[in-house]
Amino acid sequence: MTEMARSVLISGQKERVRRGLDRRLRSERRFRLYGVVAILLAILMLLFLAGTIVSKGYPAFYRTWIEVDVLLDEEMIAPDGKTDPETLREDGDFRGALIESLVAAYRPEGRQQENQLIAMFSTDAERTLQNFTIANPDRIGSTISIRVKAASDIDQLTKGAISRNAPESGRKVTDLQLRWYDRMEKEGRIGTRFNAGFFATGDSREPEQAGIWGAIVGSFLTMLVTLILAFPVGLAAAVYLEEFAPKNRLTDLIEVNINNLAAVPSIVFGLLGLAVFLNFFELPRSAPLVGGMVLALMTLPTIIISGRASLLAVPPSVREAALGLGASRMQVVSHHVLPLAMPGILTGTIIGMARALGETAPLLMIGMVAFIVDIPGGPTDASTVMPVQIYLWADSPERGFVEKTSGAVIVLLVFLVVMNASAVYLRKKFERRW
Amino acid sequence: MSYGTILAVLLVLTVVGFYLGRGRARAVAAAGRTRLHSLPGFYGAHVAIWIALPALVLFVFWIAFQSAIVEGIVWNGLPDKVSVLGETRQKEALAPEQKRLLIDNIVNYATGDIVSGEITALVKQGAARFLRLQALSAWIMAAAMAILAAIGLLVTYRSISPAMRARNRVERAVLILLMVASTVAILTTVGIVLSLLFEAMAFFTKISPVDFLFGLEWSPQTAIREDQVGASGAFGAIPVFAGTMLITVIAMIVAVPVGLFAAIYLSEYASRRLRATVKPVLEVLAGIPTVVYGFFAALTVAPMIRDAGAAIGLSVASESALAAGLIMGIMIIPFVSSLSDDIINAVPQSLRDGSYGLGATRSETIRQVVLPAALPGIVGAVLLAVSRAIGETMIVVMAAGLSAKLTVNPFDAVTTVTVQIVTNLTGDPEFDSPKTLSAFALGLVLFLVTLCLNVIALRVVQKYREKYD
Repeated sequence: MTEMARSVLISGQKERVRRGLDRRLRSERRFRLYGVVAILLAILMLLFLAGTIVSKGYPAFYRTWIEVDVLLDEEMIAPDGKTDPETLREDGDFRGALIESLVAAYRPEGRQQENQLIAMFSTDAERTLQNFTIANPDRIGSTISIRVKAASDIDQLTKGAISRNAPESGRKVTDLQLRWYDRMEKEGRIGTRFNAGFFATGDSREPEQAGIWGAIVGSFLTMLVTLILAFPVGLAAAVYLEEFAPKNRLTDLIEVNINNLAAVPSIVFGLLGLAVFLNFFELPRSAPLVGGMVLALMTLPTIIISGRASLLAVPPSVREAALGLGASRMQVVSHHVLPLAMPGILTGTIIGMARALGETAPLLMIGMVAFIVDIPGGPTDASTVMPVQIYLWADSPERGFVEKTSGAVIVLLVFLVVMNASAVYLRKKFERRW
Repeated sequence: MSYGTILAVLLVLTVVGFYLGRGRARAVAAAGRTRLHSLPGFYGAHVAIWIALPALVLFVFWIAFQSAIVEGIVWNGLPDKVSVLGETRQKEALAPEQKRLLIDNIVNYATGDIVSGEITALVKQGAARFLRLQALSAWIMAAAMAILAAIGLLVTYRSISPAMRARNRVERAVLILLMVASTVAILTTVGIVLSLLFEAMAFFTKISPVDFLFGLEWSPQTAIREDQVGASGAFGAIPVFAGTMLITVIAMIVAVPVGLFAAIYLSEYASRRLRATVKPVLEVLAGIPTVVYGFFAALTVAPMIRDAGAAIGLSVASESALAAGLIMGIMIIPFVSSLSDDIINAVPQSLRDGSYGLGATRSETIRQVVLPAALPGIVGAVLLAVSRAIGETMIVVMAAGLSAKLTVNPFDAVTTVTVQIVTNLTGDPEFDSPKTLSAFALGLVLFLVTLCLNVIALRVVQKYREKYD
């Protein structure tokens, strides 16, 4: 082969390689782009979810009031002249007094219009009036100006969730109510304020009166039972398996079991709770006690697995030094290994509890889906928990519950963020590199 | 006497026992001028354990069996002729349900719950007896616990001597406690298997397993009247399984590519700082409760998909499988990505270096060296994700449909195993109806399928890991 021919061949090869290289680098860039797109997609989805929840949910934290002038008519409120709180609460016709004053002010024509007018106010309004009168019995007989809760539909109108431009048949507020609403607004009788009731009351059929305090208390009681059961048992199991257990069939079996339980669908734990705790042991339905027990069984594998990992991270030299100084194996564990592993174990426990706090499905199985108005007083009272409350409200057809649901989601997420952040803080603060 | 008081008294006794024992040990050592075998605290702990443990064990057993025994005595104490639902019958001639109803009424009346039917003199009399017996039982239990605690205190207190090996005894007791705690996992599994098996057996005596597993029609409605059309309901679970598979497949189509590419980018391309910020963000997706995803799917995503479908002339159900599957996929992304990330990181660097040395680009190395080496692990991760998707409940309960339809059209509404479990078990008070029991049969299938997937996946992942470690 001549020199010339060789150089031609090489340059041809170079050309081929160069062209191939272009193609390969393009595919390299493409491949890289896929990764970026995947990550962006996940982050965008998260932002979309958070944005939707926050924009739909923040109106739950304020509510609409309407100012009304009410004549505290003695004949209706205190017909027999007695104004002590007991009589006022029992016999006072505050609803009648409210309606009378409203009718006098807005002059509805006929029964049907009157009902429309009354429907603009929450059923809670008469209670506001009653409480005011009980606190100020000397005002009976005079006309007072008082701010009462608006009905949910009026509340939604104020917040812009109900469109004024929709045809009358397609919206919950009638034309007549809109006219009254505009008049009240012009007179400065409509405004909004922080909805403290949302954080102070239990569930209600009326969206404007529904609150999450009952669910928060229920969640707290349930988590308390879960923690009391799962933490000591999980800790003990982790210590035994990591520090004392001999390598034998039984230990292997336990280990396989724990790993499998960690991956069993949560609803199966609910079925277990229903069949064993409710039907066999006849424990009360809908109670935080049973909910806590079911969630404890579910959380146990998480606590054991993370506990074992933190125990394993304690270097053997610590154990050997303590043993060398004459400590018994139990003393080595309780005096040295456990304190060193504790931050890690607590981190794992908090993460497990956070998961349990957001869990819904197993609690549906043991009857925590009931409609419960009262705030639970103890672990055997019927109650609901926050995620189940979200599920119940999400199922409600009323427009007003959409914002309540999103509001409850925000509160639940705040709790979860606080728990997870404290776990991260614990890990960062006490993290040790040996 | 409430249980809380009893336990509080026991706690106080235990603490007192500890101090008594420790004091006694010190006194014995001082009097005999000898050294104790163990630290004084161990003698105290020994006393405390023997006060608390036997009494607690008794307490647990008493609580577990008390109600059955008390109810039995109340039952025997009732007159021979009893009236249930307005009929007067011989006591022995009552059907088990009627007997149960009567006893429940007595107990509910006694505890102040709602009584079904009228409150007869019989119920009142039984309830009074029930309350008396219950109070008596609590007192007997408290007395028995006190006796056990006293015996424990006396025996252990008197046995304190310098030569006694208190530390060894205490440590052995603690070890046994630790061991018992670690068997809770086994008990849970046994409990799950037994409860599912028993209830599913009760279901299979009414519906044949063949019809259940291979039937093509699922409509578990309850019969209101005996002669109603379709009163028995249809329990062919194939449409339910098919719906579950459809939603799972949609979820995997979303989660696997996105999760896998995110993991590849994070472990192979991303800088340390990017990795440190993006990974927690992905983990946030994993930490969001599923009920929130369900709400999001039902409120926002499903209507969006329906409107988009309507805009291009497709008829999309408002509870389409697509919406539920899509959101479930997003929920599973972090699961796939973090597992794959671990597996990709476990591929030794030397393999990559070898590939670069031969002139391969990064993406060529990943596609032709890293991914094939990580493949078994990734398959394991995907299997775990599938098991997660099959068992996921809240998203499908809120966003998927109720009617079982045998279809592969993602725009149709389908139902899943978990949806059927929830709907058949909530709101139906009758426990023996096939509708309620079918939930347990479905639960058994769900448990077995996810168990198999998990076992296979864990095997695959472990086997793969051993190869490079």
